[in-house]
Amino acid sequence: MKREQIRKIEGFIALTLSTISALLGLFWLVFILGDVLVHGMEALNLTFFTNDPAPLGVVGGGLRNAFVGQLMITLFATLIGVPIGVLGGTFLAEYARGRTIAKIISILSDIMVSVPSIVIGTFIYAILVKPIGHFNGWAGAVALSIIMIPVVLRTTEDMLALVPWELREAAFALGAPYYKVIIQVVYRGAATGILTGILLSIARVAGETAPLLFTSFNNSFFSLNMNQPMSSLTATIFQYAMGPYQIWHAQAWAASLVITVFILVLTILGRLIIKWRYK
Amino acid sequence: MSETIEIEAKDLNFYYSGNIHVLKKINLPVYKNAVTALIGPSGCGKTTLLRCFNRMHDLYPKHRYEGEVLLRNENILKNPMDIINLRSRIGMVFQKPTPFPMSIFDNIAYGLKLQGVKKMADRTELVEMALQHAHLWAEVKDKLHTSAYELSGGQQQRLVIARALAVNPDILLFDEPTSALDPLSTAKIEELLEALKKKITIIIVTHNMQQAARMSDCTGFLMLGELIEFDRTEKIFTAPAVKLTEDYVTGRFG
Repeated sequence: MKREQIRKIEGFIALTLSTISALLGLFWLVFILGDVLVHGMEALNLTFFTNDPAPLGVVGGGLRNAFVGQLMITLFATLIGVPIGVLGGTFLAEYARGRTIAKIISILSDIMVSVPSIVIGTFIYAILVKPIGHFNGWAGAVALSIIMIPVVLRTTEDMLALVPWELREAAFALGAPYYKVIIQVVYRGAATGILTGILLSIARVAGETAPLLFTSFNNSFFSLNMNQPMSSLTATIFQYAMGPYQIWHAQAWAASLVITVFILVLTILGRLIIKWRYK
Repeated sequence: MSETIEIEAKDLNFYYSGNIHVLKKINLPVYKNAVTALIGPSGCGKTTLLRCFNRMHDLYPKHRYEGEVLLRNENILKNPMDIINLRSRIGMVFQKPTPFPMSIFDNIAYGLKLQGVKKMADRTELVEMALQHAHLWAEVKDKLHTSAYELSGGQQQRLVIARALAVNPDILLFDEPTSALDPLSTAKIEELLEALKKKITIIIVTHNMQQAARMSDCTGFLMLGELIEFDRTEKIFTAPAVKLTEDYVTGRFG
């Protein structure tokens, strides 16, 4: 055979294999999303969002407690995790730039990103649940914030490192002290990148179940008290999907749909910001 | 050009990262309301010398100054020294334009804010003045609140000059300000510098010898960290005292 023919056959094989792999991956993705969509729509209505769970046999129950709980836990996780992550990333990229300590912390937080979230859940169980004596919302928020911190920290570090060094020198040359250079010039240059990182980190923790089972656990009643066990969508999905009742299954599907859409929206928003930034 | 010395390096030695000796016993007077050019081959220390005048090296660890830099008879290398105040008196413009990621107006107002100009009316007036001094006002007066990144490279460089002028400095340091610009923009910047020297003192590092010859009053030629010759520009380019200078300005090496 001529070399040209061999090359064509090789090309054909490579193209076929990669197309099949892509289709295989895509198939499951569409399958899962389609299934969630079809089943989720069944139990989805307004009362699903506005009512608390009804006793079995009573129609019209919803998961208001889980929505509110999920939002509160995620909100407080963000309030704890984002400042620590952004300031930590600032330390690494600005004050400790190039020093050994910065490299060590960077590597450690890369490891933290891949630590199984259930490990973080048990850790928080040991320090914030066991000593207090009962599950509570704060423990859930702290567990999620610990998952967020390394993500936000590394994104912030990378985004700040992308801001040209000359820009800082130019600000210094005008007589600006370092903290003003960072806040007024460097953060502005990196703002969209950092914001994207924050959104993606929220999307990352919003789908976590394991750490919440060990910390905020679940609550069948509506509660705004972070000191008490608190319901969340993911823990509720876990409980309802395992339960024996048809209505629970339907509601678990609906909750899955809602949380999937929520994460999808955050991710798309993050992508849009990146796209808009580099235009 | 006046005969008053505005800033002067005296027996200045400078070391990088502990012990790399980059500037060797520099004695360089800079005259008030004049343009002083620093020329020399790459790596000769001209940018390093420029950055001694606003103590830019202080941003990096393990630097060391020896000798004196006298700004109106005050040694600015002494410690403690109010470096922030020093940098508001001695501005700097870099090779690549460095507009901040904000609007044209905010770019100019940035230095004013740092200096504590609080009233918006004052800021507006000073911003307009600075832009006029930098010959940029006519081009941007209708779009002050658009991003500075929308300007062309030459306009950005004039914006940066305006930003430095806004805080009313005594001296402006230019580190190859036109090497990233096209000839037309370069001509505009040179014209601007010519006009600016009526009010301030200018030190410019340049790779372009025609530029030094065209627009400077005095020229210092550096090589391997030493100031080989310093004199009136026409003298340096027509009848230099040192053979090395002659070889360099006639393009025999470099």
